[in-house]
Amino acid sequence: MTDTAFYIFGGIAILASLLVIAQRNPVYSVLLLIASFGALSGLYVLLDAPFVAVIQIIVYAGAIMVLFLFVVMLLNAPQEDTEHDVKMHPFAGPGPMRFGALLALGLAAELGWALTRTPSQAGSFAVTPVSSVAAIGRSLFTEYAFAFEVTSILILVAMVGAVVLARREEPR
Amino acid sequence: MVALDHYLVLSGILFSIGAAGVFLRRNLITILLSIEIMLNAVNLTFVAFGRALGSADGQIIVFFVMTVAAAEAAVGLAIVIGLFRHHESLNPESFASLKW
Repeated sequence: MTDTAFYIFGGIAILASLLVIAQRNPVYSVLLLIASFGALSGLYVLLDAPFVAVIQIIVYAGAIMVLFLFVVMLLNAPQEDTEHDVKMHPFAGPGPMRFGALLALGLAAELGWALTRTPSQAGSFAVTPVSSVAAIGRSLFTEYAFAFEVTSILILVAMVGAVVLARREEPR
Repeated sequence: MVALDHYLVLSGILFSIGAAGVFLRRNLITILLSIEIMLNAVNLTFVAFGRALGSADGQIIVFFVMTVAAAEAAVGLAIVIGLFRHHESLNPESFASLKW
């Protein structure tokens, strides 16, 4: 039962992510990425992490992706520039693009190599899971209290920075 | 039975897809979306390892990664808006000059 769910969610995540890369219209890319995040949230539930699953939906799919969608619709530039980006296979493209494709392949090969070299952990998870939100919250506000406070400063800086960067320059 | 290995392989595949998107696409919005795919692949690894070790730390690190991702998306999209206002383009090739 959980195995089937893993393969279904994993398949949806991979397929949706591939389509995000393959789409030419950014609106479809954003919507497909939301589908991919939903599948990942299901995987977090399978990993006994309901807190992460819920904030994945609320923060990622709900807030960050809506921000992306808002910007895509605000810019009103749905198609990729066609005069620069002729439709061709990545390996047949001009120099930098072929180099990028080779880098991506090299990264995939290295990840695969690293995964085959790690000793395999057969069978299911042996340890009892920590899934209670209370335990996570207690750890967050005692052991990781400093990191939590620094995070609040980061959010403030990002907020001010976004407002300053996106502001229209007023004529002097 | 599905174990840690399966999650690591899935996460590796997702990270490779995200990296391929950054290297191959010529649209700033899609490149930012690919970065989000990579961040999520890493999050999956953290949660899977946390589950395998029976510790809450993996989930807490995911919380911080999500915060940083939100900050990154806000600032990144603000920069994209600024660039689009100046160049009317989302192609990274057209932002080759340091000054306008």
